Amino acid sequence: MAKLLDKQRYKCALGAMQTVQAIDRALPILHSGPGCAQKLSESTGSSGYFSPNIFPCTSINEKDVVFGGVKKLNSTIENALKVIDADLYVVLTGCIPEIVGDDSGEVVSRFEDAEKPVVYAPTAGFKGNNYKGHEQVVDAIVDQYLKKTDKKQKGLINIWADVPYQDLFWLGNLRQLEKLIAELGLIPNTIFGYKRGIENINKIPEAEFNLLVSPWVGLSNVKKMEKKFGTPYLHYPNLPIGATETSKLLREVGKFAGVPEEKVEGVIKEHEDYYYYLISRYADLFLENRVINKQFTVVADAQYSLAVTKFLVNDLGLIPAKQFVVDDTPKNHRDRITEEFKKLNFGIEAEVSFETDGYKIHEEIKNHDYHGYPLVLGGYYEKEITENLKGNFLNISWPVQDKVVFDNFYAGYEGGIRLIEDIYTVAVSRFN
Amino acid sequence: MPINLSNSNVATRENRIGSITGYVGTLKDLATQSECGTLKGCSRCFSQSSTCLSSCALGQLCGIRDVALIHHGPAGCSVAAAGAYYMSKVMSKKRGVTSDTIYVGTDMNENDTIFGSTNALRNVILEVNKRYSPKAIFVSSSCATGIIGEDIDSIVDEVRDEVGVPIVAVHCEGFKSRIWATGFDISDHAVLQSIVQPPREGVKTNKINFKNFFESARPEIIEMFKNFDLDPVFLYCNSTVEELSHISESLATTCICGTLGNYLGNALEEKYGVPYVRSINQCGIVGFETWLREIGKVTGRSEPIEKYIEEQRAIYLPQIEEVKKQLEGKTAVLGMGPGYTFEVSRVLNELGIKVVWALAWHYDKKYENGDIPPSMKYLLDNDIDFEASVADQQNFEVMNILHKYQPDMYLSRHPGSTVWAIKNGTPAIYVADEYMIFGYKHTLEFAKTILDAINNRSFEENLAKRTKLPYTDWWYQQNVDKFLEETK
Repeated sequence: MAKLLDKQRYKCALGAMQTVQAIDRALPILHSGPGCAQKLSESTGSSGYFSPNIFPCTSINEKDVVFGGVKKLNSTIENALKVIDADLYVVLTGCIPEIVGDDSGEVVSRFEDAEKPVVYAPTAGFKGNNYKGHEQVVDAIVDQYLKKTDKKQKGLINIWADVPYQDLFWLGNLRQLEKLIAELGLIPNTIFGYKRGIENINKIPEAEFNLLVSPWVGLSNVKKMEKKFGTPYLHYPNLPIGATETSKLLREVGKFAGVPEEKVEGVIKEHEDYYYYLISRYADLFLENRVINKQFTVVADAQYSLAVTKFLVNDLGLIPAKQFVVDDTPKNHRDRITEEFKKLNFGIEAEVSFETDGYKIHEEIKNHDYHGYPLVLGGYYEKEITENLKGNFLNISWPVQDKVVFDNFYAGYEGGIRLIEDIYTVAVSRFN
Repeated sequence: MPINLSNSNVATRENRIGSITGYVGTLKDLATQSECGTLKGCSRCFSQSSTCLSSCALGQLCGIRDVALIHHGPAGCSVAAAGAYYMSKVMSKKRGVTSDTIYVGTDMNENDTIFGSTNALRNVILEVNKRYSPKAIFVSSSCATGIIGEDIDSIVDEVRDEVGVPIVAVHCEGFKSRIWATGFDISDHAVLQSIVQPPREGVKTNKINFKNFFESARPEIIEMFKNFDLDPVFLYCNSTVEELSHISESLATTCICGTLGNYLGNALEEKYGVPYVRSINQCGIVGFETWLREIGKVTGRSEPIEKYIEEQRAIYLPQIEEVKKQLEGKTAVLGMGPGYTFEVSRVLNELGIKVVWALAWHYDKKYENGDIPPSMKYLLDNDIDFEASVADQQNFEVMNILHKYQPDMYLSRHPGSTVWAIKNGTPAIYVADEYMIFGYKHTLEFAKTILDAINNRSFEENLAKRTKLPYTDWWYQQNVDKFLEETK
């Protein structure tokens, strides 16, 4: 049912055009109104090989609403193949064709024999948000492009994490996860970002297993791949930030992949040694400043809300105030994610609220006793209210206005250090 | 065309003033055809994404301080809420005021498209009113609500008494028009319908309505207008509802961009007799002087204005002449909305730069009063001609043109456009700020900026050398009008 979406944190399913955009040389073709692509994009690393104003679009008009837009869709795909040089064309449908009943799937099927692959994902805005749209795109590739194979590559692991672009740190995070997995002697395979693209997509069915690092996004994808390709999956339900969680991830992956324990422990030791070398040099900064208090709140999607909570509690010894998950997490995942928030050191349990109404979130922040200056990590919406409470604010989740990120990351050991740097950069800008 | 404020629907630019988005030819042909009424726009069988009229309409409205926008549709439509929040915070802070303007969505889902959701919308309106006590409420439709026939007007009528502040339906179905500037008209219509009051009796004022985007030159314009005893009221960024309710009392309405100001200017003239200053815009020397003199004429202030022009000329003209020497003979391609393309073409001509191709994102055959736009008339009267096309930001056409002409520079006013010129190796000037070429001072700065841009092409060359462009060789060999079709 329609509801009050006050301070919204997500886009609609068609926002998955950004998932396509994150695949090197993959081109979204929009069957939608003329302005959807521009609305659903922002200047956050978006002017690469394809930018939203390169995306072909049927730009549906009043006549198409009445008479249907399949003819226009056909000519748009046909000419996109001639005009724009891509490896993969992904047709995405917006609200209009799905309400008026255009058979877009049929039109796309006419291009089965085209020189380049053309797939189709139904992403009408009213079908869900861009987290769901992201899953639709991955599903479309699995269902319509990839084929089951008997050829398996030893040690090849597909890695899946959260939604590109929606997650400001998507590129850097994926590269960190790859690096860590490679250190275990495994061969990481991801499809997003520089020089991954179609060749890596082709390798997906050959993997030994899928590693999903996310509370819920992508779970349906890896299950689909298990069914279609017989690829097992390991679901690690938390993006690891800092030593505690990253070491835990490495141990679980090592066990799942049959990596010798001493090898895994060797990798962990080397990282932890350096990590704590850095931490110990800056420990005085953590302890002896007047502005970072113990209590914090995260307002972010399930991924960051959980990941940052675990990091700040287990690595830095802070105490969670109420945490907010704002991505409209599907109901069937909520209990499981809530349980994750309770698995913290010293029996600490974080209270979590799945809330999409920003007004209510702000009311709760205002009414919470932080015993001092609040530390709030959230979307740009939380900036003013945190400042009004004399707190410290870090913009880590969408919408982002306070930060430019090329390939920075919070994932892994190094990512934990980056997050600490960001938090204390805010802290040192004031004295008390 | 008479403006009907009793209906919340505004006819699109295509239907109202014969605007088009597809044409390739020359400036003269475009103007001649529109003068004799034979101009017919073309459609495309292949196109790229452009802009939604709701972004223009609601983008304007959320600049107003302390109002509420309720965008009834799926979450993608109301995604502009994030940008609107940021803008209202930073723009009000810059002005030294506060704004609690709120922009919310209704997160429509599949069930809503089947069973409707007007009840939920009613509750959202009432809750927003309770939470924020806005000074006015705008309730916008979307493609989805438009197609399923949600009766937003009735809901607005039903809750009007209960909310107790101006509330109006804003019809923003994105499929209505390929011309996003229709959104400007929609926002003006909403303001006129719900907020603007008839002039109070006996009120004397020296106010002049100044329709602009983001008021970067506000302080200097206030200073300048003091010389003429005029007090500009900038619209709509940082406007208050109270201020807007009295714009019918102003001495005149002027605007920075004809595409932006045309509807409001004409409506205020038609309904309340507020003269609309019709002239070429303030870009460049001729533009600035013509505009000032027109204001002088309309408001009876010609004398101080002539004095001001004389003083300023003495300061700036010699400096502009000096820069001109280095710009003489350079070539340019430009792509902007029609409210700027034909104005900036004139300025480039003034600076000695040769326009080889001008793209307008759309073209209005005539304005609300039936005249062809003044900027076009000026170019024709002065025998300035060049190749021209009309394309709603069709990037593949821009790139085809840049590739063929390899001009010394590309100028554009819209995000996502200049970067492609640079990848082509063409220096690009992003004329984003509407005051970038305003008056003598900014015309001089503009000329110097162009010079800087073409004198250091390092960035362009570095990037172009390492960039593969996304278009096929096949496309570069085609004529730019390859995909244009006669409208059936």
